[in-house]
Amino acid sequence: MSDASKEWPLWEVFLRGKGGLSHRHVGSVHAADAKMAVEHARDTYTRRMEGVSLWVLPSAAITASDPGDAAALFEPAEDKVYRHPTFYKIPDGITHI
Amino acid sequence: MDAIATYALRLGDDSLILGQRLGEWCGHAPALEVDLSLANVALDQVGQATHFLALAGEIEGKGRDGDKLAFHRDVMDFTNCLLVEQPNGDFAQTIARQFLFSHYQELLFAALMASKDARFAAIAAKAVKEVTYHATLASDWVVRLGDGTEESRARMVEGLEWMWRFADELFAMDDVDAAAFAAGVGVDKAALREPWDQRIDAVLADATLERPAARRPVLGGRSGRHSEHLGHLLSDMQFLQRAYPGATW
Amino acid sequence: MHTTDMSGNKKAEAVAEDPAKVAAFERRVANDEFIEPKDWMPEAYRRTLVRQMSQHAHSEIVGMLPEGNWISRAPSLRRKAILLAKVQDEAGHGLYLYSAAETLGTSRDEMTEALLSGKAKYSTIFNYPTLTWADIGAIGWLVDGAAIMNQVPLQRTSYGPYARAMVRICKEESFHQRQGYEIMMHLAAGTEAQQRMAQDALNRWWWPSLMMFGPPDDKSPNTEQSMRWRIKRDTNDELRQKFVDITVPQAEAIGLTVPDPALKWNEARGAYDFGDVDWEEFYAVVKGEGPVAKERMQARVKAWDDGAWVRDAARVHAEKRAAAKLAAE
Repeated sequence: MSDASKEWPLWEVFLRGKGGLSHRHVGSVHAADAKMAVEHARDTYTRRMEGVSLWVLPSAAITASDPGDAAALFEPAEDKVYRHPTFYKIPDGITHI
Repeated sequence: MDAIATYALRLGDDSLILGQRLGEWCGHAPALEVDLSLANVALDQVGQATHFLALAGEIEGKGRDGDKLAFHRDVMDFTNCLLVEQPNGDFAQTIARQFLFSHYQELLFAALMASKDARFAAIAAKAVKEVTYHATLASDWVVRLGDGTEESRARMVEGLEWMWRFADELFAMDDVDAAAFAAGVGVDKAALREPWDQRIDAVLADATLERPAARRPVLGGRSGRHSEHLGHLLSDMQFLQRAYPGATW
Repeated sequence: MHTTDMSGNKKAEAVAEDPAKVAAFERRVANDEFIEPKDWMPEAYRRTLVRQMSQHAHSEIVGMLPEGNWISRAPSLRRKAILLAKVQDEAGHGLYLYSAAETLGTSRDEMTEALLSGKAKYSTIFNYPTLTWADIGAIGWLVDGAAIMNQVPLQRTSYGPYARAMVRICKEESFHQRQGYEIMMHLAAGTEAQQRMAQDALNRWWWPSLMMFGPPDDKSPNTEQSMRWRIKRDTNDELRQKFVDITVPQAEAIGLTVPDPALKWNEARGAYDFGDVDWEEFYAVVKGEGPVAKERMQARVKAWDDGAWVRDAARVHAEKRAAAKLAAE
């Protein structure tokens, strides 16, 4: 009945909710080509005025970080508190800073 | 009904019958995503029908609303073109119908936006965006099927063959159309033929398909002379309203 | 719409897995953390999830058929648009759920094949026929009502893609139940014939709706594990009771009678006592003996088979155009 290679490829769908916002991942669709993927994304993910712009890209084109590396990748940022404005104590009377 | 009311009725009937046909696909399309696409087109058509039929009833002024018009007329009083009542057939036949009709509708509504009657212009301005997408969607499928496999090509050719005899009716101008045009309300549909031909030919060329040979047009939908298919469609669509007279839903 | 896991499957057998990984996984889940596609997970968790999500997706897709049966006969333009939009939503929900399941490495085609070959289950409720327009009201009110009760807690399920799909689904479904109740309300206040239609639909859909929550807790072998894994968040019987308690007053409010002579408010429990579900019928329907099970499967198989040439054509066309583009560069 079906063999996996005959299936339309999977595309990831990114939607801009409204002008000024960035595109956000909302889901995926199957489509034979990029144009169809945009049409399918439109027909699936914007039926309730959810957005004003779409991106689609082949799921196979995504490279993700390895969850096993998460500690090495993300935890070193934890102690860099000086990157956050709240790290610095400024007297109450000083404004515009 | 006077010419202007009839004009609105025709626009409404076209959308209603096509929406009804497309609704038959729901749950049975070739892929899940395509099911969603077809339902979107159907919903747009039902929405257009709702607006135009309400307008027809309003202009007529005899208290008939959109539902009264949709569910309480028989075949001979329906004024849709023959193209939209054609059966879905296979997916290629459905796409052929959509392709020919949506390009017509897009040109028609673009022109109707300039109607002197603000009510027509407003509906057209909203609907033109919908049908522009329908035309693109259908054209893309014509290209995919035409330039796809041997089987899809044969089916696409067959679908176009089935629908082609009903294309001329889209552009025919009878007394109602002429009166609506003269009043500045309606559109000169005959003038849409050339741009329509160009659009159709461009897509067919991309699909590596030949335009079907010219043939004797089948006409009559506007004056209530329909195919046998419409009666069955109506008996389905109008069943509840007919079986339970006086009930509201 | 929704199905609970009704396959009555055996307890997933233990596979040799690193106990430290299993313990870490169990800890994360117990802390209500989300598990994402590439995270390590026990094989049984993966299998259970794929089964549950694909069953859920199949239910959405098969669930389009009983309601789709009335799109062409909807009695007004407004009702037609609403029903079409609703059934289309079910297609969308099936799509979201298949996508979520695909993140675990099972393709949609594989899941579809499992459905069409009869290997996969879907909600038993869709193997009952829609005979009158009131059935469209009853399905929205009762079946979607039961589904929502199942689905709301799943927005916090442990598997991220599943939880996100459920958030979207719950948001979209919020109108489904209301439109169903509105239909029933209208019929119940209508002509005598319409009232009869509404009561008849409630009579036929009430018990199958109660069955939607799955077998009683003592016959639901996976409940404990699924609850620990946050794949399920309430037991079948808890949800069923909640459904009865919420729905009975809704029926009374519009003058309809719930078809259960044993139904009685229990002051001490603060809940309704209700009669026994016919579990023999339930298991028969699960096994494919529902009144229109054959018609449902026939329709799905036909759509899939009839669509094969379309799917092939689009794929071949895309390959052709990609090759031509490459040659032109």
